[in-house]
Amino acid sequence: MLKEGQIRIPAGCAISGVISRSGAGICGSEIVKSIATMHDRSNGLGGGFAGYGIYPQYKDHYAFHIFYDDAAARKACEDFLDEHFDIVNLSKIPTRKHPAILGEPLIWRYFVRPLHTKLESSQLDEEEFTAQCVIRINAEIEGAFVFSSGKNMGVFKAVGYPEDVGAFYRLDEYEGYCWTAHGRYPTNTPGWWGGAHPFSLLDLSVVHNGEISSYDANRRWIEMYGYRCTLLTDTEVIAYIIDFLVRKKRLTYEEMASVIAAPFWSAIDKYPEMERKRLTYLRSMFSSLLITGPFSILVGFTGGLLALNDRLKLRSMVIGEKGDRVYVASEECAIRVLEPELDALWSPKGGQPVIIHSKGGEQ
Amino acid sequence: MTRIDVKGLSFRQVNEKIEQTHDGDIVLENVCGQRYIGVGSSGRHLVIEGVPGNALGAYLDGTVIEVSGNAQDATGDTMNDGEILVGGSSGDATGYAMRGGRIFVRGNVGYRAGIHMKAYQEKIPAVVIGGEAGCFLGEYQAGGRIVVLGLGVEGRAPVDAFCATGMHGGAIYLRSDVLPGDLPSQVVARRATAEDLADIETYVLPFCARFGLDAASVMDHNFYCLKPNTNNPYKQLYTQN
Repeated sequence: MLKEGQIRIPAGCAISGVISRSGAGICGSEIVKSIATMHDRSNGLGGGFAGYGIYPQYKDHYAFHIFYDDAAARKACEDFLDEHFDIVNLSKIPTRKHPAILGEPLIWRYFVRPLHTKLESSQLDEEEFTAQCVIRINAEIEGAFVFSSGKNMGVFKAVGYPEDVGAFYRLDEYEGYCWTAHGRYPTNTPGWWGGAHPFSLLDLSVVHNGEISSYDANRRWIEMYGYRCTLLTDTEVIAYIIDFLVRKKRLTYEEMASVIAAPFWSAIDKYPEMERKRLTYLRSMFSSLLITGPFSILVGFTGGLLALNDRLKLRSMVIGEKGDRVYVASEECAIRVLEPELDALWSPKGGQPVIIHSKGGEQ
Repeated sequence: MTRIDVKGLSFRQVNEKIEQTHDGDIVLENVCGQRYIGVGSSGRHLVIEGVPGNALGAYLDGTVIEVSGNAQDATGDTMNDGEILVGGSSGDATGYAMRGGRIFVRGNVGYRAGIHMKAYQEKIPAVVIGGEAGCFLGEYQAGGRIVVLGLGVEGRAPVDAFCATGMHGGAIYLRSDVLPGDLPSQVVARRATAEDLADIETYVLPFCARFGLDAASVMDHNFYCLKPNTNNPYKQLYTQN
């Protein structure tokens, strides 16, 4: 089969998220119900979910979710993992046969910790060591693809409609303080398992509705810093940009948003001096990381959720609040289906980041 | 009046049910995100309970649609005739490319409301917004009327940035003491004249009647009228000619 980058299909997507501010558990079946309401926004070529707080029993270990094309790829990848990590648990990810989910790869899960000696000799911190290993597997081990690598979180994705993907992965058996979901309608590339959203590195995950026109400019820049865009899919580069700006450059999520969805110069000119200088600095310093073209994204991370539209708001997004919970979705119906009576419902402006924190991320 | 429970039905099934009902008065119960409700229809009266999906009343041709809560994106896309009445707010691209009929929204509208609206002879579409509008209101407007009442908005224009960008026909009426700060030079703004106010009243009276507002107090306020500036037409914007 031709994969991303080998074929172009000129052709919308759906995103949904829910988070409990107090860190209370939310059953995976709820997010499945939400995204299923927007069935018509996807076309069955990709669906996926990210859940946070789902592995409390292994919360200090990186949870690797890996697709393998065949046993040889698994052997090669497990040899690499054995060499670099202490594997405390490994198993197939539990799935349920589903008539609409076909052609699945081998899907394995590993709870790991970097080997002390390897970590010491690498002179890297634990996260960077792990991230570099993930990038290396994805770029260099044929037929192996790490699609989730964070602590106490996990990505689940496949080719199919999201509600079928949720049933396939038995998400009703998981509970987390935050969930995001994606229904895919690939616009440029075919649907394959690795190409489904979310895209994730360490605990960061991104689901995206839109099509960014700055992909190649962004890719060229980010690849100078050790990332390798192996999927030729626009969302992948968004995940790496956020990882770079937040984890490596220590920008806040608000500052990161002022880079990737920077206000127009004409808008920056109208701010008071301090703010104008701040925005000018961020826009100039990271000019190649400005993301243009339509997007609405949900970014999951340990202890929080970020929602952001492109500055022209070329994609839809609504936010609903009810008690302890905040919901974000492409359409209001995907929120009302879970919570008919809301305390508040509103739409963020283009380029306005909405960040919701949860106590669920605290150790 | 016929009540139809559409829970769990696809948009296609919902529209089939509407078409198969001989009674012109229909209440749709448990609507949750189904798109294209009432698409292209004429002569009906649809009452929607729940959240209608995108492109509500697309290509509408005379039917009246009432929504008590909110509508999603692209409400009345390219509608030709009829009425869409939204008791809550409506999403992005409300009234996109309208060519006739009218849309009344009691609350706010999102980005790009009324973009590409057009008019021809007696066909003058109208969007009336009770609250405020997001960015790009009336972008590329070629005809018709957009009325923003700004009820509950004080001390600022009831529209966000880039209002009337590329406007070349029709009129935008703003009930406000303040003009948007970034109007393009190809658009001229004036305080509403007596003639403008008479035109505004033809939309405000039925709007207020529908939503139980006191029309006299709504009208008793400053209005601005935005129109294309015929002394400063668009030229050489795209090509040298």
